[in-house]
Amino acid sequence: MDFIITGLLLGGAYALIAVGLQLQYGVARIMNLANGEMLVAGAFGAFWVFTAHQLSPFLSVLVTVPIGFALNWAIYRYLMQPLVKRARNHGQLEVDSILSTFGLAFIFVGVMVAMFGGEYFTYEYLARPFRILGEPYALNRLVAFAFSVVVCICLYICLNRTRAGLTIRAVAVNPASAQLVGIDVPRVSAFAFAMGGALAAAGGASLSTFLTFDAFVGVIFTLKALVIVIMGGVTDTRGAILTAFILGLAETFVATYVDPGLTLAAAYVLFMLVLLFRPQGIFGQRTS
Amino acid sequence: MTLRMVHCVLLTMKQFWEEIEKMDKRAFLKSAALALAGSLYLMGVAQAADTIKIGAVAPKTGPLAAGAAITHWPNVRLWVSEVNARGGLKLKTGRVKIELIEYDDRTSPGETIKAVQRLATQDKADFILAPYGSGLNLAAAPIYAKYGYPQITSTSITDKIGPLTKRYPGIFFTLGTTTSFAGAVADILKKMVAAGQIGKRVAMVNVAAAFGIELANAARPIFKKAGLEIVYDKSYPLGTQDLSPIVKGAKAAKPDAFVAWSYPPDTFGLTAQAKIQGLNTKAFYTAVATAFPAFGGKFGKSADGILGAGGVNPDTPEMQAYFAAHKRVNGKPADFWASAMVYATYQVLEQAIEGVGSTDRKAVTAYIKANTFKTVIGPIRFKNQNNEKFWTVGQWQGGKFYGVSSTGRPGAKPVQVKKDW
Repeated sequence: MDFIITGLLLGGAYALIAVGLQLQYGVARIMNLANGEMLVAGAFGAFWVFTAHQLSPFLSVLVTVPIGFALNWAIYRYLMQPLVKRARNHGQLEVDSILSTFGLAFIFVGVMVAMFGGEYFTYEYLARPFRILGEPYALNRLVAFAFSVVVCICLYICLNRTRAGLTIRAVAVNPASAQLVGIDVPRVSAFAFAMGGALAAAGGASLSTFLTFDAFVGVIFTLKALVIVIMGGVTDTRGAILTAFILGLAETFVATYVDPGLTLAAAYVLFMLVLLFRPQGIFGQRTS
Repeated sequence: MTLRMVHCVLLTMKQFWEEIEKMDKRAFLKSAALALAGSLYLMGVAQAADTIKIGAVAPKTGPLAAGAAITHWPNVRLWVSEVNARGGLKLKTGRVKIELIEYDDRTSPGETIKAVQRLATQDKADFILAPYGSGLNLAAAPIYAKYGYPQITSTSITDKIGPLTKRYPGIFFTLGTTTSFAGAVADILKKMVAAGQIGKRVAMVNVAAAFGIELANAARPIFKKAGLEIVYDKSYPLGTQDLSPIVKGAKAAKPDAFVAWSYPPDTFGLTAQAKIQGLNTKAFYTAVATAFPAFGGKFGKSADGILGAGGVNPDTPEMQAYFAAHKRVNGKPADFWASAMVYATYQVLEQAIEGVGSTDRKAVTAYIKANTFKTVIGPIRFKNQNNEKFWTVGQWQGGKFYGVSSTGRPGAKPVQVKKDW
């Protein structure tokens, strides 16, 4: 029964990984393959804040989130927007953005290696057991889960209860029509892209409290985020969040009752089933 | 007076240029070019006479880059700086400084092969330091053999040493075999059982990647033969973000010993999870990266009693000098296992080159086969191109990772029973 709690904790971590990419792909229509590197950069920031200044790694978010936002805004404005402008159709934009962000990922990795070196980074923060119903859980994972829940709730409120969120969702559903009703699509896309990068950095800071990082693991997170975003339905943030929790629960179930070696296989079997039988994603809308 | 001199110089220059104008410009340019080329060539020859080209290819990016950044590249840097600080390698023709040529193979065997080829044919390296890790060394072995370069490996652990040394007459192995690593753990557990310190139940997990799988496969029959009972036997994918189900499953099997054939991220992750979930066994082993200073740094006192792959005897004067020099040159500490062996293989190369007195690769290879070398980890003597004396298991004791089991190196410390977390 405690696999539910463990699964939810893992799902919370996955939600942090995926929600940033969902905004970038679902709204700004950029398949950002450098998303994982933003996450690792956030993790490095937290590591530095904790080891050099003995402050809570969650405080690093106060610095890395604005920097991540500004950096990703600049990336969209100067590197991605030209691609958007000249793309004659959706497919061409996908290809262009994939190639471009793929190269960007290598640039980020190179910069991080130059700044932090190539070794592993890990630290102990709140690595104490916390008992729920008699079972011990890592306190740092619980705190990261709480952080994830707060972020997801804020995101939900922003997107579904504010006018700004409405415009973002409109651009996600249909950018062409959104333009027709007077929404400044380039501006909203830039904002969503920047927000996605900032969320990735925040997620990285949170995950660094219990995972070991080095400059090269970004691609693993990008892959996970990609699977979750596509499975959840590209245009809806709620889909990504819910799918993250479903995946966390599924993987933990398989690890506990079947075989820990089959967790990745189970995740991808789920992915393939969704692609085969519900290609718009579990929570996606079928486009007319 | 000065004004006149300047005037004279300017006049002379003007006359000189007028002369050139009159001359066939082409002829002038030709002769000028020849003179320039000639002087560059002479400079080049002079340069070549003063340096020895050493090539180095290893990951700077890619999955193994993090390990290479800790174990491989700092030792390259340290060795080159130490040798050049002494004035260079001593050949019969005089001292020559090392000119280091580095390549990043991006943890891709194809790139390793390309880089070695380039070092051999284009850069004309005199010697090439062995790559990092078993896979990349095995991939590059044919190229080393083709061009006659000695390949003194240090981070290559494999059970195929016999066939490989037969096929490649210039390859040397130093760090040991997969079976001996698994076997050493079995021996330690067997001794602890015989001494009544632990029971026979062993929970064994492994990462589903090359080395982890090999170790687990080697361990199963050896553990059984040693009278140990494997009560939990699972693998997990590399990069798993949540290891708590595995630790939970292992704990539920009520083991007396926990053995993880793990890679760095899961070495850290499993240890952290075991601590949180209170998986208390009197013997606790994680494989790769237990010997990293970062492991002791992360877990502090909790690391005491944890067994891991490798180990060294850090208390010898040579090792203490090596650690100090490593910290000074690289700004970070060496690890407690392969670092010293990597450096030792460079010492072997250095002593072989100086022993032969020239860059004759064939002579140097023969010299390596026939002599004993004095290195930071002690004397190394190759028997059929294999160093048979290496550390297999270490244990964190009092903040340092000491070797507790070896196939012939002195200074092993007694194994301590691990206390509860």
